[in-house]
Amino acid sequence: MSPKHHSNIVATRGRSPLFAALGDETRLSLVAKLCAVQHGSITQLTEGSNLSRQAITKHLRVLERVGIVRCVRKGRESRFQFNPEPIEGIREYLDFVSQQWDQALSRSKSFVEDDRPRSLNCKAADTQSLSARVTSERRP
Amino acid sequence: MEGRIEKRVGLQAPVARVWRALTDYREFGQWFRVKLDGPFVPGPVSRGHITYPGYEHLKWEAVVEKMEPERLFCFTWHPDAVELQKDYSTETPTLVEFGLEKTSTGRLLRVTESGFDKIPRERRVDALRMNDRGWVEQMKNSEAHVSETP
Repeated sequence: MSPKHHSNIVATRGRSPLFAALGDETRLSLVAKLCAVQHGSITQLTEGSNLSRQAITKHLRVLERVGIVRCVRKGRESRFQFNPEPIEGIREYLDFVSQQWDQALSRSKSFVEDDRPRSLNCKAADTQSLSARVTSERRP
Repeated sequence: MEGRIEKRVGLQAPVARVWRALTDYREFGQWFRVKLDGPFVPGPVSRGHITYPGYEHLKWEAVVEKMEPERLFCFTWHPDAVELQKDYSTETPTLVEFGLEKTSTGRLLRVTESGFDKIPRERRVDALRMNDRGWVEQMKNSEAHVSETP
């Protein structure tokens, strides 16, 4: 797959707004119901709401598109299943980015609070040799 | 759920010193661990290469949005652009802001990165996978270092 092709896919499909999909009361309550029952049928999921089966199906499809809900065929019936992975993905990702910033800021703190080269987390000599290596690799 | 990260750190250093560490491309590169090709200038793309152990093959690309002396420095970038063959230019970048405030004991540096809700899910998964690899690489490096220098 060419990079261009890949980025086109990302542009049309990849920006699946998980946040937007969850920012709706009906869909949030569907997610809550699906957490309680392992496999929910349309009938089960429509029960207790004022909405039609069609409306509930529409909401389920929105959740399915962002990957929070999976649709499994059982005979002639569709069953819906909660998939927590995309939500955990965001949390893990933000934790990861957050960790990177913690490390970078602690390096910036030692950097400005003590100007002696020995105090840097990354020793001056190491930085120089790394830089030299990058330069020579990238500019043959 | 928020697509935003905010960090604060107190720095016991004069504002001019902090500003230089943030905006001088060589100084920024030392603590951020990136080798930049040239000075930060608002507008054009800032290019370079990551020097963080395990990530040295990654390039750095950012666009400086604002440089308000001793107050605000911000740029947009594509965080964790780990796939070398991929064109990230069609994606919405995140915004990184470094804000400086005076406190009774020194300076408060506030960093925010926002726009994560626009990052495609595939990218987050790639970044996490990459992070795992990065750690494995770092472990190997430190093991090698220990065994070579008893």
